[in-house]
Amino acid sequence: MSDGGSYYQRDRLWHPPAYTPGYKTSVTRSPQRALLSFDNSISEMTGPTFGHSIIGELDNDLILNFAKDGEPIGQRIIVHGRVLDENGRGVPNCLVEFWQANAGGRYRHKKESYLAPLDPNFGGCGRTITGEDGSYRFRTIQPGAYPWPNGPNDWRPAHIHFSVFGHAFAQRLITQMYFEGDPMIWKCPIVATIPDREAIERLTAALDMNNTVPMDSRAYKFDIVLRGRRSTLFENRMEGN
Amino acid sequence: MAQTLGHLKESASQTAGPYVHIGCTPNYCEIEGVFPEDLGTRMILGDVKGERIRIVGRVFDGTGTPLKDALVEIWQADADGLYPSPQDKRGTADTNFTGWGRSPGDMQTGEFRFDTVKPGRVPAKNGALQAPHVTVWIVARGINIGLHTRMYFGDEDAANAEDPILSRIEHRSRVPTLIAPRTAEDGMPVYRFDIRLQGPDETIFFDI
Repeated sequence: MSDGGSYYQRDRLWHPPAYTPGYKTSVTRSPQRALLSFDNSISEMTGPTFGHSIIGELDNDLILNFAKDGEPIGQRIIVHGRVLDENGRGVPNCLVEFWQANAGGRYRHKKESYLAPLDPNFGGCGRTITGEDGSYRFRTIQPGAYPWPNGPNDWRPAHIHFSVFGHAFAQRLITQMYFEGDPMIWKCPIVATIPDREAIERLTAALDMNNTVPMDSRAYKFDIVLRGRRSTLFENRMEGN
Repeated sequence: MAQTLGHLKESASQTAGPYVHIGCTPNYCEIEGVFPEDLGTRMILGDVKGERIRIVGRVFDGTGTPLKDALVEIWQADADGLYPSPQDKRGTADTNFTGWGRSPGDMQTGEFRFDTVKPGRVPAKNGALQAPHVTVWIVARGINIGLHTRMYFGDEDAANAEDPILSRIEHRSRVPTLIAPRTAEDGMPVYRFDIRLQGPDETIFFDI
C-alpha cells in the first residue's frame, strides 16, 4: 500500500501539553479529553507534495522578497540546516515555510499593535523545498524580541516560525526557532510550555561561523526533526530501514 | 549499559501563534507580491471526477467563542479513494485534484471553507474499507501542538456504521462530533463541520 510502516508514536511528554496555564490563551483552547489513538492508516501516511516549480526565485530571500525602495533594516543572517526524520535520514522534497517579525520585533499584520515600526521593505514570510539530503537555506533579517499580552511584562525571545510538511500528514509540524545565547528564551511562557529543557535546546539554532558570508551575513544552523517510521520488515514485505 | 538506539527526537511543537497567516496565507493578510497565491486555496484544478461539495465550519474555544485566528488544513482522497501522494502506491489519483486544502477562516466570523469533492473510501491496514472521511488539522494561537481530527459525512450512515475508527470510540455520545451534516447552499452540497476545543461537545482529537 505504501513504502514503510507506521510513524513512530509521538512522545507527548516531550511536546508541550495542550493545557499550559502560564500561556493564558491555551486555557480555553486546550482539549481536555484524552486523545484517541489508533495505528496510522493510509490517510495519515500520505500527505500533500509540492513541486519545486511553486518556488519563486526570491521565496527564500526575505531580504529581497518584499523590498520596495531599498533593503530592510537589521542584521543580515542566513538560516540553514536539514529536515531529518527520527531515523536520522534527510527528508527530501518537503515544503518548509517560515515567518517572523522584523528587526524591531514588529509583525506585518493588522492585528499587531506593538509600537515598534513596520519596515516598508520587510514582509516577513518565505518558503523553500528541501534538497535531496533534506537541506534547506534562506536569507533574512534577524528578528527582534517583542512584548506580548500575557503577563503584565512578558516578552517573546527573537524567533522564527517554521511550518514543515514531511511526506505524510502524520508528520505535519509547526514549531519555532530560537537563537543561541538569547537570555530571553528562558523567560518566555510560550517556550516554557515545553516541559523538557533538552527539547528547548533542540529548538535553539547554533551560531555557525563556518557558513557566514564574510562582510555580509552571519549564519545560524537549525535542524528540524520530523517523525520517523518503522521498517516494514514485520508488516508486509522485506525492506530495510 | 545497553547500546544506544541512536534515534533522534522529533522537534518539539510550538504554537503557530497569532500571525500564522503571515507565513501560511500571506496574501490573505495583505502581504501581497511575495507569493502569487496562497497555497491550498484551490483543491480542484480542472475537470475533476466526483461530486463537488463544500465544507464549512468554525473552531470554538471552551467559552463557545469562535476562533478568528485559526488555520485549518484538510487532506483527503479523491472521488475514487486515491491519495494524490507518491506514498499511495495503489494507483494514480485524479490529476485535477490536490487533496489538500488550507483555510485561514474569515477574519470577521472565523468560518473556514473548502471547495472540494466528496472522497471515495480508502482501506484500513487490514483491508477493511473506511467510511469516506477528510483528515483535519487545526493550529492557532493557544494551541501548543496541531490538533488532528477527522470529518465524516452525515449522509453515509451505512459506511459510518462499519468504519473501523468510528466503531472503536468508547463514548458513543461523542461520535457525532466527527460527523458533518449535509445541507445545501446555492445548489451546492455543503457539509458543516464545527470543531469544539473544549466543553461537553468537545470534538474527538486523535493521536496518530
